[in-house]
Amino acid sequence: MKKIKGISKEQVRHLAWLAKIDLSAEEEQILSKQIADVLDYFRVLDKVDTKNIEPAYLVRELRNVFRQDTARKANADEILKLAPTKKGRYVKAPKIV
Amino acid sequence: MKAKSAWEIAEGTRDGSISPVETVEALFERIGEHDIEIKAFITTTKKLAIEQAKEIEKKRKAKQKLGRLAGVPIAVKDNICTQGIETTCASKILRGFIPPYDATVVKMLKEEGAIIVGKTNMDEFGMGSTTEFSAFFPTRNPRNTSYVPGGSSGGSAAAVAKELASAALGTDTGGSIRCPSAFCGVVGLKPTYGLVSRYGLIAYANSLEQIGPITRDVRDSSLMLSCIAAHDPMDSTNVGEKKDYTKFRDDVSRLKIGVPKQYFGEGTQKAVSDAIWRALKKLEDEGATIEEVDLKTVEYALASYYIIAMSEASSNLARYDGLRYGFQESSGARNWSTLFSKDRKIGFGFEVKKRIILGTFALSAGYFDAYYLKAQMVRSLIIQDFEKAFKKFDVLIGPTMPTTAFKLGEKTVDPLAMYMSDCDTVPANLAGIPAISIPCGSSNGLPIGMQIMAPSFEEERLLGVAGFCERELA
Repeated sequence: MKKIKGISKEQVRHLAWLAKIDLSAEEEQILSKQIADVLDYFRVLDKVDTKNIEPAYLVRELRNVFRQDTARKANADEILKLAPTKKGRYVKAPKIV
Repeated sequence: MKAKSAWEIAEGTRDGSISPVETVEALFERIGEHDIEIKAFITTTKKLAIEQAKEIEKKRKAKQKLGRLAGVPIAVKDNICTQGIETTCASKILRGFIPPYDATVVKMLKEEGAIIVGKTNMDEFGMGSTTEFSAFFPTRNPRNTSYVPGGSSGGSAAAVAKELASAALGTDTGGSIRCPSAFCGVVGLKPTYGLVSRYGLIAYANSLEQIGPITRDVRDSSLMLSCIAAHDPMDSTNVGEKKDYTKFRDDVSRLKIGVPKQYFGEGTQKAVSDAIWRALKKLEDEGATIEEVDLKTVEYALASYYIIAMSEASSNLARYDGLRYGFQESSGARNWSTLFSKDRKIGFGFEVKKRIILGTFALSAGYFDAYYLKAQMVRSLIIQDFEKAFKKFDVLIGPTMPTTAFKLGEKTVDPLAMYMSDCDTVPANLAGIPAISIPCGSSNGLPIGMQIMAPSFEEERLLGVAGFCERELA
């Protein structure tokens, strides 16, 4: 489990692409420095022996929760009003597939 | 004159000695006078509040039953959905978002007769400890306006401290209720994970966060908790039950108190540790036993917390694509990737972008095991450490924050320095246990917060100890 040291601008650009966030050149510059600092700090965890330890994920085990599948009233117009671009009663989106 | 507590206002409203309309009108006069400087609110809702107050007055005249928070003016953090009232998370990406529904907690408060007076400022999406990372403006600390109020629920704590609301709702992912409560000198409670419904809370890191009250005293905190803790089928992690928390007993004579060494480490101001030890001596004088305890894994809590919080954030904030609601840059981009990336470039602030990208990194192929999985394993050890400590102790006590409030601008340049200041608050979120911050003296006019932690679902014990300290430390 090797952690990395430092992070290049190319790596930052790739992560930003994965996260779907455009970055300015200046942001890339500052981020590669700050991300490197934070990742460097995270290495403190290497000191902890976690052999045979289960990851926590949640503080309590989740149980299935059931409820009646009943429709609730919602005002479709109110919800549609929130969409920035529409065509009639449809939300307009770019071609995705 | 000391402002009336939420408890007193509700009582007065019910017996008719207080007019909710007058209370609300007077409050908005205060907001008009002081919020120009403090900037606790992103949105105020005077018209709605007066309507609500009139409704309560009508009910009282008709001799209808009034709720436990009848006529109490309450401020709500701007990441909690309020039907018909803009809810932004202090982010440009949600500017103009008017939720079509109320969060469960808001619905419950209204049912108890509370009056919503506005939505409070915060660090964007809860990401920060100073409220300077709001996309709109920073909030100032009412005790000294050159200082930050703490964060991320800085607007809520400042509003309560400056008496611009009788109580407020905050949210706490890694200390966001307790930090500003400590810095502003008010009472902030983070309930046990799962006690209060998160339905309608706009998610940042859902395995860690809880909604909780910020109030001026412990009794008000217990009253607010009694009104918002309940089972909600709309939140699948919710295990809350209705309970009256106002009956807490502030007898500490047989209390076993653990004092985690790690909470007084390097970086803790002397004035802060002195104040906490003075309070601990008081508890000892009353018959409580005090013993130092070594919570070794707490030293790794901060790194574990930030990896988990950022990872969950990168997933939770993926929903902001500017299509169904929120900000959309109408550049006419035809490619979805380009469009989303542009919207998110302009819509998110720098700190949010940084955390999403760090979270994306921690979850990405090749690094998942070393960062995310490792952090979750360390979290297991932290949970175990707390469980072990609570076999021996009834409560754990330490400072809420290692220092008093920062000067405005002091922590915006170096992100790690800001993250470090959360070292005493994040363990409770990782372990899911309840924790409260109460005022415990001051240093150079800036309040100091004492933190009490208890095992899961022992809020009543927590409030009892807090109630004793509040009385004895005043």
